[in-house]
Amino acid sequence: MANKNFKLEVWRQDGPNAQGNFESFDIEINEHASFLEMLDHLNEQIMNEGGRPIEFDSDCREGICGSCGCVVNGAAHGPERETAVCQLHMRTFQNGETITIEPFRAKAFPIVRDLVVDREAFDRIQEKGGYVSVNTGPKPDANSIKIGKERSDEAFDAATCIGCGACVAACPNASASLFVGARLKHFGLMPQGAPERGRRTLRMVHQMDDEGFGPCSNIGECEAACPKGISISAIAHMKRDFLFANLGFHK
Amino acid sequence: MTFQSGIPDGPLKEKWDVFKAKMKLVSPANKKKKRIIVVGTGLAGASAAATLGELGYHVDAFTILDSPRRSHSIAAQGGINSTKNYPYDGDSVWRLFYDTIKGGDYRSREANTYRLAQLSANIIDQAVAQGVPFAREYGGELANRSFGGAQVSRTFYAKGQTGQQLLLGAYSALMRQVDAKKSGGDGIPGVTMYTRREMLDLVLVDGVAKGIIVRNLITGEIERYAGDAVLLCTGGYGRAYFLSTNAFNSNGTAAWRAHKRGAYFANPCYVQIHPTCIPASGDYQSKLTLMSESLRNDGRVWVPKSSEDAKAIQTGKKTAVDIKEADRDYYLERRYPSFGNLVPRDVASRNAKNMCDKNLGVNPTGRAVYLDFEREIKAQGYETIKDKYGNLFDMYKKIAGDDPYKTPMKIYPAVHYTMGGLWVDYSLMSNIPGLFVLGEANFSDHGANRLGASALMQGLADGYFVIPHTLGNYLATEKPEKVDTQHPAFQSAEDDTKEYFQSIMDVASKNKSNKEGRTVIDIYRELGHVMYNDVGVSRTKEGLEHALEKIPKIRESFWSDLKLPGETNTFSKYIEVAGRTADFLELAELMARDALEREESAGGHFREEYQTDEGEAKRVDEDFSYVAAWEWKGANEPHVLNKENLVFENVQLTQRSYK
Ligand SMILES: Cc1cc2nc3c(=O)[nH]c(=O)nc-3n(C[C@H](O)[C@H](O)[C@H](O)COP(=O)(O)OP(=O)(O)OC[C@H]3O[C@@H](n4cnc5c(N)ncnc54)[C@H](O)[C@@H]3O)c2cc1C
Ligand code: SF4
Ligand code: FES
Repeated sequence: MANKNFKLEVWRQDGPNAQGNFESFDIEINEHASFLEMLDHLNEQIMNEGGRPIEFDSDCREGICGSCGCVVNGAAHGPERETAVCQLHMRTFQNGETITIEPFRAKAFPIVRDLVVDREAFDRIQEKGGYVSVNTGPKPDANSIKIGKERSDEAFDAATCIGCGACVAACPNASASLFVGARLKHFGLMPQGAPERGRRTLRMVHQMDDEGFGPCSNIGECEAACPKGISISAIAHMKRDFLFANLGFHK
Repeated sequence: MTFQSGIPDGPLKEKWDVFKAKMKLVSPANKKKKRIIVVGTGLAGASAAATLGELGYHVDAFTILDSPRRSHSIAAQGGINSTKNYPYDGDSVWRLFYDTIKGGDYRSREANTYRLAQLSANIIDQAVAQGVPFAREYGGELANRSFGGAQVSRTFYAKGQTGQQLLLGAYSALMRQVDAKKSGGDGIPGVTMYTRREMLDLVLVDGVAKGIIVRNLITGEIERYAGDAVLLCTGGYGRAYFLSTNAFNSNGTAAWRAHKRGAYFANPCYVQIHPTCIPASGDYQSKLTLMSESLRNDGRVWVPKSSEDAKAIQTGKKTAVDIKEADRDYYLERRYPSFGNLVPRDVASRNAKNMCDKNLGVNPTGRAVYLDFEREIKAQGYETIKDKYGNLFDMYKKIAGDDPYKTPMKIYPAVHYTMGGLWVDYSLMSNIPGLFVLGEANFSDHGANRLGASALMQGLADGYFVIPHTLGNYLATEKPEKVDTQHPAFQSAEDDTKEYFQSIMDVASKNKSNKEGRTVIDIYRELGHVMYNDVGVSRTKEGLEHALEKIPKIRESFWSDLKLPGETNTFSKYIEVAGRTADFLELAELMARDALEREESAGGHFREEYQTDEGEAKRVDEDFSYVAAWEWKGANEPHVLNKENLVFENVQLTQRSYK
């Protein structure tokens, strides 16, 4: 198991309104360490010398919670496709390489500290109808509505979005269309979501605009950055439903 | 303090109905006057908060994370059990109940476990109504699979992301209540969400839970919240071992601080060590990754028969494919002909450890066994296997760098789930009136070992279907007195919290430029080592005594050598971790003590001194058929053990055998 050496350029910013800048570090680490373990290791080094560690979010560290996220060498979540930064391993990088690490940048994601950003705008979009309006209680038997496997699988694929925000960070317009499209496509394909389809689409899309996310101009960077491989067809789904909803269909 | 399980009268099958028939209701007008605090928004917390909001309560919900959707439940992979019996293969409420009690080695309450099995069917109906995209058959019906030792196919799943889809279902219901509250305006019930908040203390007024003290993790401020009841849904304490499959922020702090305010901690030594995790590879490791146990349905566990072959593999001279069929030991199939690779988790974990102890391990550290899909890929075809496990195989490849379609996976046991937790009665209320505990944070339904796919079931049963009734009954019968955050009890709890927090920061500031100082991770890791070695897969008297000697020393080191970043009024992850580590350093000692006192083997608690001739766990029912409910007596006082005797009226206690 070989160790590798890297030079890191890491974005440091004390708080939302503070001036930020890059700070350089040298690190030696086992190539089988994950990217976040590399940052853990760096932080140990920094703290042992009495310095201030680099703040970053993470929780599951297996690509499912959407907590982690930063821009690595210019790419949201780093160079590997369909890989969240917590699943990235140092074997991906060349010995001696310089790696730049920055937070996800978007007007709607204010920086909290260093690599930590505030993504609560996503929750506020979800609030606006990202649900099926049923209360807890007795429900018809789960098999009383049949849903074809293909349709259900397609809904599932859209529902696997982890809400990480990489699509926003990757988009030159900082649009949240892939995230919103994924939510709408999931609910739109499931029969349970049908009754509220139009209202949900209008409310969520309007909230997205109100939060300061930019428009979608079909560039496709979002799909390339998405750790879950959410297909850009979700955006087409959103646009079509939005049009229909505005025309008064899907009532 | 009261210490009664509160199990309703009547036959087992009717107990929950009896409870519901007798329970008191809160009128709609009164519900609006009640404020409920829900700490934690995983499956248990999100489902409880959403449902209570729907019922017309004001709910304040808290999570450490920046969104409720990120809670640790999101990572559950394999599935959720339910007695739907769609495959018509003989399942029933009784059978799930029986499997759960037996799987837990007869260390849980009959009544709770039976209720869990009864409610399991409602969960699937509820989730489907929310639009959760479970796996389906081509005909459009829901798909099922057999999971973790069950002989019926009762597990519902959504590829390897069942926890994610169920949590997103509960989260969407929760966000609907946030929407209801926000768009409804003042006085309208629903949920107010407080993210990036960590509960640090429980506030008691005259012995009744009335609120919490939290730290705002962005500003560092200490805040107070008052309510008519407090629901802890804060998950398990597996991170006491440092390395585990649990999420980075999983912790025991909320439960431990409540314990220090008087809540009993039950069966802390019952820890589940999951057999199929990716083995640790180095010191830099921050967590271990689970490979869903559904893989054992088609994967075969083996090691080489000879230690020479194992040695050759460990040193890279041979690989799995070099070992001929006749030279492989499929030890689970050999030892347990009827269950084979599907033996319960504790049995599989122990066997893996034993094989590696015999120098038969298959990675450079010697701590790994193979999980092999070759036969099933041939039998069922690449596409079928890919459809079932595709994302798990991809995940393995990303982490380990090997392709499981071509070479077998390497796996090893890791700490995964804690069956122990705060003691609760049948209503899920702790011995502190008004403090309820749901999900993994309580001790109630799984005894000494949890079956696969039953934690999601329990969290959602607790949140959707139990607490709405039992909480209402409490609020209607107790008529709790209203208090607000100006009450002196809040001042004093806040003062205590600040003082304790400051005492940690004082150590850190003393060590600011101390070259000998230790980072919190360094100290925490040391605790983890001791826990794995001495309070892990198998335990001995000497080992546990060693742990009891060692843990206080590590704790001392924490309180004298700790080095931390100094700014407390801003986001600072290591300050959070320091508080949690301080709690683990106390909880870990209680875990070891509980394990020492329990002189028997039961489920996940395996004492080497107590095993059958065949090397299986041997219970001592005459002496240990009880719940150990530990009571905190103060920082320098030993814990006091209270016992709740377990009564079995419906099942006969047998020695588990999976031969
Ligand atoms: C990798 C993995 C796979 C699993 N797979 C399965 C499976 O297939 N089937 C199954 O049934 N079970 C599975 N489990 C177990 C199951 O996921 C958990 O037991 C269950 O999800 C726990 O849910 P919970 O709601 O009790 O707690 P959690 O989901 O852990 O949620 C805890 C919540 O409490 C919050 N919190 C904690 N402390 C505080 C505090 N002090 N202040 C404020 N908030 C706090 C957290 O932020 C979080 O929101 C798996 C577990 C793991 C680790
Ligand atoms: S669509 Fe993809 S990139 Fe965007 S939030 Fe979801 S998972 Fe992340
Ligand atoms: S830490 Fe959960 S997705 Fe990366």
